Order: sequence, then C-alpha cells, then structure tokens
Amino acid sequence: MRFQLTADQRALRDVLRGLLTRRFGGAALRAAVDAPGLDRALWRELGDVGFFALRLPEADGGVGLGLPEAVLAFEEAGRALLPGPLVATHLAAGVVPGAAGGEAVVTAVDGRLVEWLAEADVVHGEAGAAAGAVPLRSVDPLTPLHRVAAPAPADPVASLLTAAEQLGTATRACELAVQHARTREQFGQPIGAFQAVKHLCAQMLVRAEVARAAVYAAAVTADPVDIAAARLLADEAAERGARDCLQVHGGMGFTWESEVHLHLKRAWVRAQRGGGSTESEELLAADLVA
Amino acid sequence: MDLAYTPEEEEFRARLREWLAKVLPTLPPKPSPDDWPARRSYDLGWQRMLHDAGYAGLHWPVDAGGQGATPTQHLIYLEETENAGAPYVGAGFVGLLHAGPTIAAEGSAEQRARWLPPILRGEEVWCQGFSEPDAGSDLAALRTRARRDGDAYVVSGSKIWTSHAEVADWCELLVRTDPSAQKHRGITWLALPMDAPGVTVRPLRTLAGSAEFAEVFLDDVRVPVANRVGDENDGWRVTMVTLSFERGTAFVGEVVACRRVLGELARTARRNGRWDDPALRRRLGRLNAEFRALWRLTQWNVSEAETGGGVPGVGGSVFKLSYSHARQELYDAAADVLGPESLDLDRPWVLDRLSSLSYTIAAGTSQIQRNIVAERILGLPKGR
Ligand SMILES: Cc1cc2nc3c(=O)[nH]c(=O)nc-3n(C[C@H](O)[C@H](O)[C@H](O)COP(=O)(O)OP(=O)(O)OC[C@H]3O[C@@H](n4cnc5c(N)ncnc54)[C@H](O)[C@@H]3O)c2cc1C
Repeated sequence: MRFQLTADQRALRDVLRGLLTRRFGGAALRAAVDAPGLDRALWRELGDVGFFALRLPEADGGVGLGLPEAVLAFEEAGRALLPGPLVATHLAAGVVPGAAGGEAVVTAVDGRLVEWLAEADVVHGEAGAAAGAVPLRSVDPLTPLHRVAAPAPADPVASLLTAAEQLGTATRACELAVQHARTREQFGQPIGAFQAVKHLCAQMLVRAEVARAAVYAAAVTADPVDIAAARLLADEAAERGARDCLQVHGGMGFTWESEVHLHLKRAWVRAQRGGGSTESEELLAADLVA
Repeated sequence: MDLAYTPEEEEFRARLREWLAKVLPTLPPKPSPDDWPARRSYDLGWQRMLHDAGYAGLHWPVDAGGQGATPTQHLIYLEETENAGAPYVGAGFVGLLHAGPTIAAEGSAEQRARWLPPILRGEEVWCQGFSEPDAGSDLAALRTRARRDGDAYVVSGSKIWTSHAEVADWCELLVRTDPSAQKHRGITWLALPMDAPGVTVRPLRTLAGSAEFAEVFLDDVRVPVANRVGDENDGWRVTMVTLSFERGTAFVGEVVACRRVLGELARTARRNGRWDDPALRRRLGRLNAEFRALWRLTQWNVSEAETGGGVPGVGGSVFKLSYSHARQELYDAAADVLGPESLDLDRPWVLDRLSSLSYTIAAGTSQIQRNIVAERILGLPKGR
C-alpha cells in the first residue's frame, strides 16, 4: 500500500499550480470580479494542458489519467478560485465536441442550479433540462446561476470533483488565515500568537487534512459511499474554513476588497451541487445497516 | 496514490488471520476489569503467545529483538487483531509503545539486553511516571528531585495519573537532576524498579468507577545510575522520542473498533425504533463519514512513515485532535440510540462513553495539540 502522491502526481499538481498562479493570480482574480465573464483564452489554455481531457483515454486524444489525477487538478482549480463550469466541461470531454480541448464551454444542471448558463455553448445532460431556467442574482460574483424547476440526478464523479475543489478552498483558507495571523499585529504582537486565533487556524488544518484523506481515498476507490463521505467532510472543511479565515481577517475580511469572501461564497455555491448533505448522510447511514 | 496491498502484505495478513483463528479460541476467559492482577496475567499471557508465534515487537527494529515489520504490516496487524477480537495490548502498553522504543533508541547495549526481552516475552510491565500534580500539560515543570549519591540517584517527589502503576515492575521516570538549569535542560530519564524501598502506590478511581491510574510517592528512593537512559540532564530529548511514538500509530485498532461499534449502533437503532428519526440517521451517517476518513488518514500517515521512515511526526496531532473528538461524538450518539438505558452502567457503551472523556485530556490535551499544530505545522508564533 502506498497511499501517498506519486512523483508524477506531485509534478502534475505543481505544473497546474504554476499555470494558475501565472494566469489567474491575485490581480486576475480582482479583474475577473470587476468584469465578470468567462476568459475563453484561459479556457483554451486549460484545454491545451489537458485539464478537461485528463481522464479521456489516450486513444481518444486524451491524457489517459484517472480520478486521482483529476482530483488533484480540481483541488488546484478550487484553490485558485478558477471560475467557469469546470466540472461539467470535464465530464463532457469526449462526449461533447470541443469540450476536451477547451474550445467549448459546457455546463450542466446540477441539483436545482445551472452555473454559467448564459456563457455556455452547450448544456450537457438530458435534453431540455435547462429549459425555462430562471436567472438569479448570484451571491458569488464569479458564478452566474440559473434555477431550474426539476433537479438533475446527482452524479458521483461530479460530486467527487466538487469535493476536490472544496478541499482546495479549505487548504487555501487556512494558508490565508495563517499568513495574515503571522503579519497582522495587535497589542504589540502578531495576532497569531493569541491562542484563540491559533486554535482557529489549527482546526482549519485538521478539518482540511481529514477531508484530504477522504477525498484522495474516494478518488482511488470511486466508491459512492466513499465519495459521499469525502463530499460531506470537504464541504464542511471549505465552508467553515473560509468562515474562520474571514474571522481571522477581522474588518478586512468583511470587505469586498479582500479575497476572503470569494472563497466563502464559492464554497457555498459548490455545497449546493448534487443532492446536498442530507442525501450524503442518508447514504452513509444506509451503508451502516447494509 | 494506491490503497491496494502488495502480495507480500496480503500474505502477511493471511498468515496472521490463520494464526488468530487457531489461537484465539484457546484463550482463557477475560478477567473482570477490576481485578488488576488477573488483568496483568491475561495481558502478559497474550503477549507471550505473540512472542512465541513471532509477532512480538512487530514494529520494533530487529536489533532490539523486534520483527522490523514495515509500518503497513503493523497497520495490518492492528487491523486484523482488532477484527478478530484479539486482546488489547493492555498492561503491555507502556513497555511496548513508550518505554521499550525509547530504550531501543537511546539505551546502551546492556540496557537493551536487560529490559527489552522481558517486555517482548510478556514478563515485565512498565508504567509511565511523567505527570506530577503541578506538571501536567507543562510537563517540563516537573519537580521530582534526583540527587546523585555515589552510584545511585536518590529520588524524592510524587507522580500522578500513572496508569498500570499497581501492576508495574518498572516505571519510566522523569526526574529533575539540575534545578538551576533552564526547565527543559535539567531533566533525566530513569528506569525505576517499582519494588524499590520508598515507592508507595495509591490507586485513584476514575470517573468510570475503577482504578485505572494511581499516585506514586517517591521517598528517598535509590535508583542505580546504571538505570539512567541517555545522559544526565538530557531526559527531555529522550522523552520526546517516546512521546512522538505515543502520538503515532497508537489508535489504529481503536478506529477499526469504532467503525464496528458504529455499525452495531445502527443495527440497535433499527431494532429499537430510533432509526425512524432522520436526525439520528444523519448523525450516524456523518459519523460514518468521519470514521471512514480517519481510517484513510491512518493509511495516509502509515504510508508516509513508510516512505519517510523513522519516527512519526507531528501529523499525529492532527489525527489525535480529530479522532478524540469523533470518539466522544460516537458514544454521545450511542446514548442518543439507547435513550434512558444510556444511564444504566450495565448496558454496553455506557462505560465506553465515560472513558471516551479522557481522550481529549490524556497524552496531550486537545488545547495542547492545537498549540502543537499551530506552532509546529503552521509556523504561528509561540505565545505566552
Ligand atoms: C486516563 C488518563 C491516563 C493517564 N495516564 C498517564 C500515565 O500513565 N502517565 C503519566 O505520566 N500521565 C498520565 N496521564 C496524565 C496526562 O498526561 C495529563 O492529564 C495531561 O497531560 C494534562 O495534564 P493535567 O491533567 O495536569 O491538566 P492541566 O495541564 O492542568 O490542564 C487543565 C486544562 O488547562 C488547559 N491548558 C493547560 N495548559 C494550556 C496551554 N498552554 N494552553 C491552553 N490550554 C492549556 C488544558 O488543555 C486543560 O483543559 C493520564 C491522564 C489520563 C486522563
């Protein structure tokens, strides 16, 4: 048993982190918030590096990797707050023309919502699933949302990739909180020297690391019960992590200016995908008496 | 990332399983929890069987008399023995998990030859005399004094919360040898024979009603200098080797057991009607997620130890924080399933609920663990 990242997996993660830092760093994030819309050039670049075609067999022009690699890629996307219907386009690779290479932007109904409907070229899934979709004023400035009448059935792989994005947010929120706690001074010392702040940060890490083990394991087993567990823990790690990150930032955390709220809002958006926590908990309960 | 076990690991598992199926039915009946001498001989008898079958000190290095098994084999061992209902390490805990590994890492050849084989053969029991009335979380504030007198140290002071003290032959004892030095610098590690003149053990009842630990009073006790492991005043470093073992793989079997209990809870709830309550189902479902994740985190940490080798790191604090909390939640959920019966000490899980309360205190409280995570992993500044 070797439940650790392989050298190749670490390399893949590093390449993606490098690309996203270069192409969607702090300044680009700010710019995207000020001028919402999908960056098609970036979408193509993601296609070029195989983000969407990651799990497509090489014979079909894909990268031929598996769920563990996809999970690492989506974790990086989550960390960077990369906007767009990433999960839907990834799942459409090899099915919807143009999805694999990032030429097409593909969205899908997930739960009762559709992300990026107006910008998408294709709505993947049952025909007419997004018919009559009503726009809502999305809480997340980087995720336009439409509501649909009938929910789409939850897809376990979509749920796992969402969990991976949440894991990225949980980790990033912890890093941001720690950075701030080390540098911001009050009462003549860094606020990170105060135990109340320290313990918030420690719990953020604990939740993120427990979720990480669950998400990576679910990527290896692809078992629906493992995925439900991973999703529950990752949702919680992301939502509570981003919230605690905001708390550590004080008034600054409550501003539009700071990026902290973007992490929390995205975590909320992702948490609505699929069946939500009730369904996961019921599945995990049923597993106990199976 | 791979969760599959190698053919060699599977073979190890199969052989162990076969052996367990053969020997477990031959075990004597479990002694009553209050009968300490009987518990001691039961626990040591099991250790003897492990020894004779070549499973003693599985994770110890070969040159210390262990089997030099890989961390993954150790994980498999703990998983299989738990699943088969084998006895716990019990009174052998300190010897096998703290004192023994410390002596193996830091002791002289003579010390290793004297103390390690009886631990592995199930002949001698060790206890851990670290905490004192005024030195708990702040362990380095300990005051039990050792004064050099010829070829012996003369030790005076008292220890508290010493588990298994009543049935121990030896105590890994931390004493202050240089009161003028900075507090971490003046500490020494000694092996104290529990039958030495001047040692008095007074059992303490826990909130569960039984005497699981004790106070140990030391009144001019002479301990040979030859019983010192490591240098004089270097005991803090020697001790840290031990504590990091304590925070490593110690809970593997327990996570397996908790997952089994969770299944039993769900089945009990189905029988008694509590299962119809969606809030209870969701509570148990969430616990299922947590314990599945804790099992994966265990596998992750074990794989990390296997690739990195050596002493498990501070990652054990992350695990302990999450696990101790989840364990308490588990037995609170058990009370939710049992309803009024959760107040009956004769019902299953009721004593477990009580003992789960110690998990956020013993071996470093949750607050101390959070300090460790924040300062040593996240690099936040030390505070006062
Ligand atoms: C079942 C059990 C078995 C044990 N077995 C042994 C044994 O065999 N050998 C042995 O040597 N010891 C043993 N112990 C002792 C155990 O290690 C101590 O209880 C533990 O280290 C806490 O010390 P304390 O009890 O003095 O509590 P204190 O240190 O007084 O702590 C009291 C409270 O203050 C908090 N606190 C203290 N310092 C800080 C800080 N810096 N920041 C934030 N909060 C803080 C703690 O978290 C806790 O909530 C055992 C304990 C238990 C419960």
